[in-house]
Amino acid sequence: MMDSHYIQVLPFLFRGLGWTLLITFSGLAVGFWLGAAAGLARVSPPGVLRGAAAVYVEVIRGTPILAQILFVYYGLSDLLGINMPNWLAAILAIAINAGAYIAEIVRGAVQSIDPGQREAGRSLGLSARQTMRHVIWPQALRRMIPPLGNQFIISLKDTSLFSVIAVGEIIYHTRQYYSNTFAPFEALTMACVFYLMITIPSSLYLRRVEQRMEGK
Amino acid sequence: MIRTWQLTKAFGEHTVLRDINLEIRQGEVLCVIGPSGSGKSTLLRCLNGLESATTGEVELDGERLDTHAPGINAMRAKLGMVFQHFNLFPHLTVLQNLTLAPRQVLGLDEATADQRAYKLLEKVGLLDKAHARPENLSGGQKQRVAIARALAMEPEAMLFDEPTSALDPELVGEVLAVMEDLGREGMTMVVVTHEMGFARRVGTRVLFMDQGRILEEGTPEQLFDDPRHPRTQAFLGQIL
Repeated sequence: MMDSHYIQVLPFLFRGLGWTLLITFSGLAVGFWLGAAAGLARVSPPGVLRGAAAVYVEVIRGTPILAQILFVYYGLSDLLGINMPNWLAAILAIAINAGAYIAEIVRGAVQSIDPGQREAGRSLGLSARQTMRHVIWPQALRRMIPPLGNQFIISLKDTSLFSVIAVGEIIYHTRQYYSNTFAPFEALTMACVFYLMITIPSSLYLRRVEQRMEGK
Repeated sequence: MIRTWQLTKAFGEHTVLRDINLEIRQGEVLCVIGPSGSGKSTLLRCLNGLESATTGEVELDGERLDTHAPGINAMRAKLGMVFQHFNLFPHLTVLQNLTLAPRQVLGLDEATADQRAYKLLEKVGLLDKAHARPENLSGGQKQRVAIARALAMEPEAMLFDEPTSALDPELVGEVLAVMEDLGREGMTMVVVTHEMGFARRVGTRVLFMDQGRILEEGTPEQLFDDPRHPRTQAFLGQIL
């Protein structure tokens, strides 16, 4: 039993899990601010910022993430004449990709707040910025939680693509394992189990959060 | 103190206010009545710049209201507004609803803002609800909080946009009572309302609007007992 491939692949998977989580969390941490900025720009009065945000969102949503990863790692390195570490390219790629989808989440949440809230804030003498910060944003943030959780699951799965730039995440180590042992079925099964161990509890938790919000 | 000059407001092709010339003096309780869609609410929203005039001007204390100028926030702070649907901030407690703008706009410290808020909650009879959430209040209580929230900015005048139209009939009285007290204390008020009893009792002047125009104005006695314009007569005949 102990010499089964299902067991022997585990140390490899754990090594990969660390990178998968690190890239997901740091990428989303940066991506959230990027998305918040782009999302707020999209609900601001027409201007350069709003236009730039719209282009950003459309370009990212309209191109495959694999192309974006290769673009950041090889394209940007080439353009800037630097040798970007692959883990940094991975974090950047997740941030840029998730940022565009988060921008849409932010825009949707902000626009879903009753216009009467803005009017009440402005009628009290709050500036547009103060109204956003103290009235609209706290309410919108609550509505963003379920779709942000969903984006977390999507981005987590997207990290598997970083094996193409040799980032040592779960799939990278899985491939390493089966190219030496010729046991792809066992290795990939266990790799999927690892993803599910994170994604299933996450979506169950999200559903509970959503139910609690609807119950209110 | 508030003056409009040839104020016109159009949404696209649709003109909702036509050539409104109005002067509201200190201490007046001006009640605006008229059928739905007559432009009453739009007029009120133009007075504090929630809508910008298409042509013409609105003046507050002799200063022209420009919704795009940086001074607009300070001017809005001089006018309290109460909405039909309350528009309380649901993520804040009642107390926080009252202290947000005084702290952010007037720069009051927490203790001073809280003290002011408690005083106002006592005035509207809701001191015990200071730490409640808006969702746990009745409609009448919500509207009284909304009035207190506007008063917390110590405005020079209060604008009321159909403040009792969204309330259950038995809750209308408690809100009107608070407004009546305010009027008696000398607060300058502009009240868009369907409550003719209130307009007659508390109003110092009543204005009848239809299709974006002021058709008739006068004291409550003049307007309710002896309306001149046939449209006013028809409107009053239908609702009284």
